[in-house]
Amino acid sequence: MPNTKELARHEEVQKRFTGAHALCAGCGIPICVRTILNAIEEPVVAINATGCLEVATTRYPTTAWNIPWIHVAFENAAAVASGVETAYRALRRRGKVSQEIRFVAFGGDGGTYDIGLQALSGALERGHRFLYVCYDNEAYMNTGNQRSGATPFAAQTSTAPVGERSFGKSQRRKDLTEIVAAHHVPYVAQASISDWYDLAVKVRKAVSVDGPAFLNVLSTCPRGWGHPSDQSIKIARLGVETCYWPLYEIIEGRWQLNYIPEERLPITEWLRPQRRFAHLFEPGKEALLAQIQRQVDADWEKLLRRCEDLPPAPFPKREWEFSSPVGERQREIWR
Amino acid sequence: MRVAPEQKRLTLITGAEAAAHAMRQINPDVVPVYPITPQTPIIETFAQFVADGQCDSEIINVESEHSAMSAAVGASCAGARVMTATSSQGLALMLEIVYIAASMRCPIVIAVGSRALSGPINIHCDHSDSMMARDAGCVQIFAENAQEAYDLMIIAQRLAEDRRVLVPVMVMQDGFTITHSAEPVALLPDESVREFVGRYEPLYPLLDTDRPTTQGPFALPDYYFELKRQQVDALEAARTVWLELQERFAEISDRRYKGFFEEYKLRDADYALVILSSTAGTAKVVIDRLRRKGIKVGLLRPWLFRPFPAEEIAQALAHVRAVAVLDRAISFGSWGPLYLEISAALGRHLQQKPVLYNYIYGLGGRDTPPELLASVVTDMQNEGDPAVLRYLGLRE
Repeated sequence: MPNTKELARHEEVQKRFTGAHALCAGCGIPICVRTILNAIEEPVVAINATGCLEVATTRYPTTAWNIPWIHVAFENAAAVASGVETAYRALRRRGKVSQEIRFVAFGGDGGTYDIGLQALSGALERGHRFLYVCYDNEAYMNTGNQRSGATPFAAQTSTAPVGERSFGKSQRRKDLTEIVAAHHVPYVAQASISDWYDLAVKVRKAVSVDGPAFLNVLSTCPRGWGHPSDQSIKIARLGVETCYWPLYEIIEGRWQLNYIPEERLPITEWLRPQRRFAHLFEPGKEALLAQIQRQVDADWEKLLRRCEDLPPAPFPKREWEFSSPVGERQREIWR
Repeated sequence: MRVAPEQKRLTLITGAEAAAHAMRQINPDVVPVYPITPQTPIIETFAQFVADGQCDSEIINVESEHSAMSAAVGASCAGARVMTATSSQGLALMLEIVYIAASMRCPIVIAVGSRALSGPINIHCDHSDSMMARDAGCVQIFAENAQEAYDLMIIAQRLAEDRRVLVPVMVMQDGFTITHSAEPVALLPDESVREFVGRYEPLYPLLDTDRPTTQGPFALPDYYFELKRQQVDALEAARTVWLELQERFAEISDRRYKGFFEEYKLRDADYALVILSSTAGTAKVVIDRLRRKGIKVGLLRPWLFRPFPAEEIAQALAHVRAVAVLDRAISFGSWGPLYLEISAALGRHLQQKPVLYNYIYGLGGRDTPPELLASVVTDMQNEGDPAVLRYLGLRE
């Protein structure tokens, strides 16, 4: 299984995703993409839905990609991947391509939970051998924080704003990981940019199965979520520690937790550092906070029941408190 | 083109089956498809060919036409030879990606069973679907009958893949009238077709991982315009390549497609009809009848609608007194799309212009019997007002 040195060495041999991109400081996406690409041994072809990752990495005539990369539109990354993967099988069978290649599709939550869900569902059902990665930053961040099907209950967005008669999004987010699992695909997992080792291990498993694999990766957005850009990893980790974003995998239909916090943190720890939830800490919003905690508790209980057949997978110890002078200055600015 | 009895063996097949036979002989790498009436028999017939081992393409039974075209673009950029088929709402759903396929220079051949667009929903023939796609950047070829539907699919593959062109090519055959009607068709030997289309050598296959390419990037005002200009050049080149391929096709068949359009008794005509696709067959019967009565009528039937052979059509119509353009589609708030092209062509290229009429006919599969076409010629003889848009077979 991978370790930091191994991932770094891989990047020395072939830098698949370079720093020449325009993603924001503190964006979770490049962390997600680099970790995933470095964790794969075989040559990779990347397929990208329209979104932050695509726009910020391929401004013609420049590119941040040092591997074959294709983007066609917003809602069709999984369908494009189907075509690329099928071409690979056809050309291999006809002797025009000989090497092993892995296919990884990247889409944001807008391109995956919402507009791309049909194409994803079709590709999963057909059984193409590819890994689909949803970098989930919980809203349409490329166009400026509009509400998506992944936006959590009560979050402030530009199309579900907070106002006299609104507390932000009034619906719950859909459970995409569970929707994908219902397609009987061999590997499905939820991961977070805060836990690179867990993510890298999951990528290895995902690209080794003979069929579709799916990773739902929590990816922070300092601009949309409203937090200092050096706090991305910490905030993503709070999502995990509060059990808002549990780390688990579904291998051949068997659910397994990857991490159980020793001491579950209250959901307010996840909500408080993010400006999109700031209105929930105004007086009179206690009931909403309690409602959110109840939702998280219920989801966690349900997940525990699903995973009770298998003991939690071993998880590495981690050191996760950190701070930096730059971060302190930024925190001042945010205040 | 009329199907004349030939010496060699003819096969009684529908237009849809004819297109499927072309696909079987070309044996593309990948065929992403989604069913829609009246295209369905094309992909069903083709699927049976694959199931029977008569060709070994990878079919992707996608979950929508949008994904069909998306998978086609993915496969094409990966380096595969790709064909697909659609109709009507299917083409409408694909259309977003058809534009992108053209801009990413994917030589995908698309068989179209022409059908009306909703609403109201209607499964029968008109040309609204392909006319909706006319600005997408594809080559558009209209077939009159099953034989042409077969031949043009084969020509289309080479045309699309020529490095001067590299854009998708749509081959239209009229829904039901051609897709579902059996006609005698002369199929070429498999080897002739394979030799004609040759091996596809993609320029920048995505699967060449040693030579990574970024395909489908984001282009801002500093580059977008030039990229669009390159598509203009591609369609312009398609004119040249189309003519070259006619010569080559004549070498493997005894059918010769000459120029950009078929002329039927047009040279000495006083009156001309301009019609796309199968209704031209009816028009030829009408023209023969009228000529027996001494009325000199001719027909011009374009194969190519994109690129549009404006100057050649203008020259071919220069000598007639009046021209009636029959459109099986309408641009609401304007006139028929074919008429608009021809009107512009005559305006640009002729000093002395024939009187030009526009008729809308056959929308949603409305029948257009010979008498209606004959009435168009009578209208022209009576020197009706050309500023009036006319409808054939419509209850007002």
